[in-house]
Amino acid sequence: MKELLILVVVTIFTLATYYLVEPFAHSQMHKHVESEHFAYNDLPKLTATGDATRGAELVMGGAGCTGCHSIDVAGMPAPMDAVTAAASYGVNPPDLSNAGAVYDAKFLAELIKNPAHALLVEHKFDMDKGQMHPMVAFYGTGGDLDQEVADMVAYLQSIAVKPEELTPAIAYETVCGRCHANHYAKWTQIGTTPTFKYEKESLAFQIQVLEYQDSLVKYMGTLPPDLSIYIRSRGEHYIETFMENPQNYLKGTAMPRVGVNKHAAEQVIEYLKDSGDAKRHEREEVGKYVMIFMVIFAIFAILWKKQVWRDLH
Amino acid sequence: MAHFTKATSVHDWLNQRLGIDTVRRVMATEYWIPKNINFLWAMGMVLAITFALLLVSGIFLLMYYQPNIATAFDSVNYTIMNEVEFGWLWRHIHGVAASVVFLIIYIHMFTGIYYGSYKKGREMIWISGMLLFVTFSAEAFSGYMLPWGQMSYWAGMVITNLFAGGSLHADGLVEWIRGDYVPAQAFLTRFFMLHVLLLPLAILGLIGLHFGALRIPHVNNQDGEEIDFEVEAAKYKAGDKAGSKVIAFVNDFLSKDMMVVAIYLIFFFYLVFYHFNFAMDPVNFDPADGLKTPAHIYPEWYFLWSYEILRPFSTDVGLIAFAFAQVIFVLLPFLDRSPNAVPASRRGLFQVWFWLMLVDMIVLTAMGKLPPEGVFSTIGLYAALTFIALWIALPIITMFEKKA
Ligand code: HEC
Ligand code: HEC
Ligand code: HEM
Repeated sequence: MKELLILVVVTIFTLATYYLVEPFAHSQMHKHVESEHFAYNDLPKLTATGDATRGAELVMGGAGCTGCHSIDVAGMPAPMDAVTAAASYGVNPPDLSNAGAVYDAKFLAELIKNPAHALLVEHKFDMDKGQMHPMVAFYGTGGDLDQEVADMVAYLQSIAVKPEELTPAIAYETVCGRCHANHYAKWTQIGTTPTFKYEKESLAFQIQVLEYQDSLVKYMGTLPPDLSIYIRSRGEHYIETFMENPQNYLKGTAMPRVGVNKHAAEQVIEYLKDSGDAKRHEREEVGKYVMIFMVIFAIFAILWKKQVWRDLH
Repeated sequence: MAHFTKATSVHDWLNQRLGIDTVRRVMATEYWIPKNINFLWAMGMVLAITFALLLVSGIFLLMYYQPNIATAFDSVNYTIMNEVEFGWLWRHIHGVAASVVFLIIYIHMFTGIYYGSYKKGREMIWISGMLLFVTFSAEAFSGYMLPWGQMSYWAGMVITNLFAGGSLHADGLVEWIRGDYVPAQAFLTRFFMLHVLLLPLAILGLIGLHFGALRIPHVNNQDGEEIDFEVEAAKYKAGDKAGSKVIAFVNDFLSKDMMVVAIYLIFFFYLVFYHFNFAMDPVNFDPADGLKTPAHIYPEWYFLWSYEILRPFSTDVGLIAFAFAQVIFVLLPFLDRSPNAVPASRRGLFQVWFWLMLVDMIVLTAMGKLPPEGVFSTIGLYAALTFIALWIALPIITMFEKKA
């Protein structure tokens, strides 16, 4: 009984210390932001029902989206390669093939009408001061603006993959990949690093990446960090709420609110786990067996002790 | 020359040459341990096992780790964690064991303090134990440099800066330790050497010394009872195992040790697989960047109490207080003036001293991590002053302690 009492005392002091240096200290050091579940409540609801066919015409024609963006699934190539595009816009406009699957619909509509506002970068792009966002706003082609925007959103959704087909790689590459490299997943801002036969080719590729990054730094003011193991340095909750609205954590940051929907956000997190915590499934699996083994080992150890000590009492 | 006969068995062959029967008797079957001890006396064995885990996992990590500032971070976080089969397992075992070993060391130390096991011939056990503590601290610190993350870099910066001695401005000494003006390649390579060679060697030697120091005085017991080991051992050997106050190290005590070790390992592997973040600070998963100071720089939890003794004061006073905290525990056998080697519960004011010290060190630990602002820095200051006051009070209260 005395041993049990000692164990209780030791446990209480250990847990108290743990509580103070871990949960408590971290709650004092870091701001806690609750997730809004990617609701984007500050953005107006879509009122009109879109028509994908008319949307297609607008996207490829009147609205000029394809003047800057590629749409691979619709056979629309990029007007320029990534490095040249970054030199003109600061960053390579993402391929829109799966935009309908990764971005929230309300967000897309607002983005088309007023990019700086949707992206929450109005502190950097103030129209009154003549600071134009590199993605030009769409003012309509004469019809009902909201209807036209809804049509384009409907079109983007119609060509995109189904939610269940949305892979972690599609989500990450579409939404974050133009700014954030992830070298554990071999991702650079201009695409996946190919395997090269000759060092010359490898160096040429690296130069392109560096040139792209130069433009990006000019545009963002800083090089967006490589996210390879951000899942361990920042944790899931932080990344989730950060991508929902970076301004919550870093007031005035250049990183835009990217407007992902909840499902795509989960896929982005999955991608980051695959690069930064690749063996997590194996860990849980192996953990189970080791725990079972240790319990059996402990039972035998207790039995042995009981046997040896029978003569000692 | 000794006389050798044709061996009758492998055992006999070895016995003639190595005296293994004698070794076995002296170190195991006739190494007497008091019967009246609780599971806290198994902490030494728990420490030995944890050290073995550190050693084995460390050897595996060493096969892929690269001590180069350009590749160290990825060799750990990518090669070992993602590519090498079970590399993640060795790393998590190593990281968690490095943290848990300190928890057990503190439990082991406070057990010694509570039962007065540093007196009456046990001074060398205590002193060798403290040397182990200091070497383990250096081992943990040098290991923390190796992944070359943000905390490696900045903790390395802050801790080596302490050697400038405040207004002594011994910057030359700091540069000598770093091998450079700031932590860089030379710094990493030398801490690598310390971590994988010199300090483990020293630890192995000190563990030998610690065990050797135990052999003559024997371990204490939970009532502070003076045991005549020869009389009790004779009783045991005559077959009166139940009546004897001692037990043999092997198998009697060992079976209890292993029981405690087994239960401890359940807890340990639970941490390894499901709760490892406390031992692997998130900030250290950002690569070292000399241009970007992290918002909060703090050492690992087991250094926090002494860090907090440094922090609330001005630089010079803080350094003196810090130096005081580092060495004062070694002097415990001499500062405790009472001859009573009995549990604190029977030692009057010393009992109060013991619990105050324990709680004070936990408070210091907590405040050492929190940002030094507002009420936290006030609490930290008072806790640091209490720590110093307790040590000044110790000789006085123990001098007047009644014979127990
Ligand atoms: C003048 C070139 C240009 C035109 C025209 C243009 N965009 Fe963009 N678009 C960009 C640039 C540049 C970015 C990247 C902005 C950034 O990351 O700061 C971008 C980003 C986007 C994004 C990603 C936003 C996010 O949250 O990550 C989407 C979706 C998008 N554009 C859709 C469209 C659609 C739909 C149209 C047509 C209505 C269009 N764009 C027209 C240049 C353009
Ligand atoms: C238009 C470029 C851009 C896009 C797209 C972008 N980011 Fe960022 N991101 C940045 C920049 C710039 C920073 C650096 C912010 C700073 O230091 O102020 C940053 C920083 C971050 C950080 C680090 C925050 C910290 O605490 O230091 C995380 C995490 C992050 N981004 C996640 C994402 C994720 C996830 C996505 C995709 C869902 C994404 N970003 C898309 C530009 C971008
Ligand atoms: C990793 C390092 C250490 C190892 C492997 C270790 C191992 C052991 C072992 C096996 C014992 C005998 C069994 C027991 O009483 O637990 C012991 C006893 C002891 N140790 Fe340690 N120890 C370590 C560190 C320390 C430290 C840091 C101290 C404190 C300064 C310390 C102080 C003592 C004392 C005072 C005893 C005697 C206990 C008694 O007589 O009741 N040891 N140690």
